[in-house]
Amino acid sequence: MSHDIPKSDIPKPNKSFSTHPHAEPVTENAWSKLNAFTDARVGLGRSGISVPTKHLLAFQLAHAQAIDAVHTQLDSNALAKALVEQDWAKDWTRNCAPLLLHSRATDRATYLQRPDYGRRLDEESAHKLDEHRASTSQSYDLAIVVVDGLSSLAVEQNTLPFLQALSGYIKGWNIAPVCFVEQGRVAIGDDVCERLNAKCVLVLIGERPGLSSPDSLGLYLTWGGKVGFTDAYRNCISNVRPAGLVYQEAARKAFYLLNEARTLKLSGVKLKDRSDDDLIVDTSQESKNFLIS
Amino acid sequence: MSKPNSTFQFKNTVGERTFGFVDLADLMAKATPARSGDRLAGVAAQSAEERAIAQMTLADVPLSLFLEQALVPYEEDEITRLILDDHDKSAFSLISHLTVGGFRDWLLSDLASSEILIQIRPGVTPEMAAAVSKIMRNQDLILVAKKCHVKTAFRNTIGLPGHLSTRLQPNHPTDDLTGIAASMLDGLLYANGDAVIGINPATDNVQQATRLIKMMDEVIQHYEIPTQSCVLTHVTNTIECIEQGAPVDLVFQSIGGTQATNDSFGFNLANLAEAQDAALSLNRGTVGNNVMYFETGQGSALSANANHGLDQQTCEARAYAVARKFNPLLVNTVVGFIGPEYLYDGKEITRAGLEDHFCGKLLGLPMGCDVCYTNHAEADQNDMDNLLTLLGVAGCTFVMGIPGSDDIMLNYQTTSFHDALYARRVLGLKPAPEFDLWLAKMEIFKNNEQFTLNHQLPDAFHKSLNRMIGGRS
Repeated sequence: MSHDIPKSDIPKPNKSFSTHPHAEPVTENAWSKLNAFTDARVGLGRSGISVPTKHLLAFQLAHAQAIDAVHTQLDSNALAKALVEQDWAKDWTRNCAPLLLHSRATDRATYLQRPDYGRRLDEESAHKLDEHRASTSQSYDLAIVVVDGLSSLAVEQNTLPFLQALSGYIKGWNIAPVCFVEQGRVAIGDDVCERLNAKCVLVLIGERPGLSSPDSLGLYLTWGGKVGFTDAYRNCISNVRPAGLVYQEAARKAFYLLNEARTLKLSGVKLKDRSDDDLIVDTSQESKNFLIS
Repeated sequence: MSKPNSTFQFKNTVGERTFGFVDLADLMAKATPARSGDRLAGVAAQSAEERAIAQMTLADVPLSLFLEQALVPYEEDEITRLILDDHDKSAFSLISHLTVGGFRDWLLSDLASSEILIQIRPGVTPEMAAAVSKIMRNQDLILVAKKCHVKTAFRNTIGLPGHLSTRLQPNHPTDDLTGIAASMLDGLLYANGDAVIGINPATDNVQQATRLIKMMDEVIQHYEIPTQSCVLTHVTNTIECIEQGAPVDLVFQSIGGTQATNDSFGFNLANLAEAQDAALSLNRGTVGNNVMYFETGQGSALSANANHGLDQQTCEARAYAVARKFNPLLVNTVVGFIGPEYLYDGKEITRAGLEDHFCGKLLGLPMGCDVCYTNHAEADQNDMDNLLTLLGVAGCTFVMGIPGSDDIMLNYQTTSFHDALYARRVLGLKPAPEFDLWLAKMEIFKNNEQFTLNHQLPDAFHKSLNRMIGGRS
């Protein structure tokens, strides 16, 4: 019985700890307002030394959303239909409707474990492209290939606005039928490019989703894409999304690279992105930050 | 089951059935605990039984065979040459009579004291370490790794028994200095950052690396933090940074276990030697001269199409031969980063983390682990809690620390500042002693023994924080 214990046996409260039963179990951080300057999860506070409940649950929600972005199937049919309805895309879709394609990875579990399957078109898709190629004598300047990759969310949200921004730059280019590929990796664009005999390919693909960016679109450009090309032949523009690289900027960079590729007839490590070279920045004080200045 | 014929170097008959293995590489691959990367490479055992038989067969292989039969040809590969040319016969003599199976027993026995394990190091090749790890259970990997003590130093002392260090990783998707500084402050006030403050730059060039190196150097000097900084850029960039006068503490490079892998990373052993010399010439360490920071990870060789038919864990162990040539301060296996095509789920990531830590420690490396996963792997925070705890028990040298486990630049999840404090509390693991003193001096820890943080914002940081957000909130 607690009231029987002699007073001298009751441990004295340690001054460094709050022992009041109603004391706040969560210690807030004085620097929590720094989260206004970064998306990083700074100043979360702590329950003891652990993450407080509300932040634990917020993290789990973000992880759940990222998992869903990976595993939700892209509705490429709906996306292709939406593209056809855009005024700015009329030139691209007038002669041939978008082509719906699939990689050799039959489902997501296979896709995740066999990147080699995701890099090649399945037989039916390859046949579809070969038939198209045989049916026309067009010479295509560019193939646009939209691929689900690791985030269908990124593709659904960013494809049309980005292509609209790009369309203003590439008026007059002869664009191959726009291709939508399910269960695809970046390199599947080379398979498409080779079969359509396009001069260049631009792949739009859902990037590996982060907790704070489940919706990030990547752009990969390859001059004369052929099956077996490595990353050394590609140029990449990453993090295309409203909270990242905005559409107009992404389109400006993409056009710079497309134009350079067309002029130099190459892409990859030999094609440097100098699209920002005209932006002169004063670097004299730039290492200063609030921790020391 | 494979039909035995004369093309098999190893055969093992169990009951009515005979299993054959073409060569040592085939035997090693088939004896490897199951993982997606070996299935992708087409080198994994075809059945659970074949794997168990391969492990029994491997257990009978004498360690000396690894000195006679190179898994990657000597003529083609500078890492094979490094392994065999640097092999110390007299150190090996203590274990030269053992088979792989006997080596496991010996490592677990009291014969293998911490002192003896240091003596045999130069006699153990990566392939021997990989082979024995394949027939060890997780608890074996933990028990032996804990006996392997590896101490390194630069501005503090890393790897003392009973200690765990953390890399403060304040990455930002645009390298924004305010964003980076915010994460650094958060980390320091959560008592992280004694292994290194290390940034993966979003823009990877010499100018950007120099800017970030200067920024971290100024913070370290201003607060007199006994730690070191590193920008994780290509080794050739860091050499240029040094030539241009940047205050470089540690040189970084991602390394693999075959020459062809490192070719694909754009460097060779001579580049690393040049970089090490350049960093040493700056003489910036105060308590030691370990100036290299390497990162590795199972799957990099296959990813570069440079695995020579080996399993990914054997390739990984061979990378440690590269690392130990250059006396690194830190080696980090980034275990769950590469994705589910190499390590599919939490179980495979956990196993790989323990294998890498064990092999690294046995070979004498200051082995840390980026306990991590991506959102397309079958893993979550609970898997990370498990691996962090196991590695803490195993005496892991360091883990990562980032705000709330969320790396907003690399888009993956690794251990948080809070997680490190969890491991300290449940396992009683201290930060590097010099850093521990600094934490007390700065009043970040109120009680260093119980890892209790100050409830108040330490005085030294008031001014900086006011500058940014105003008031004392």
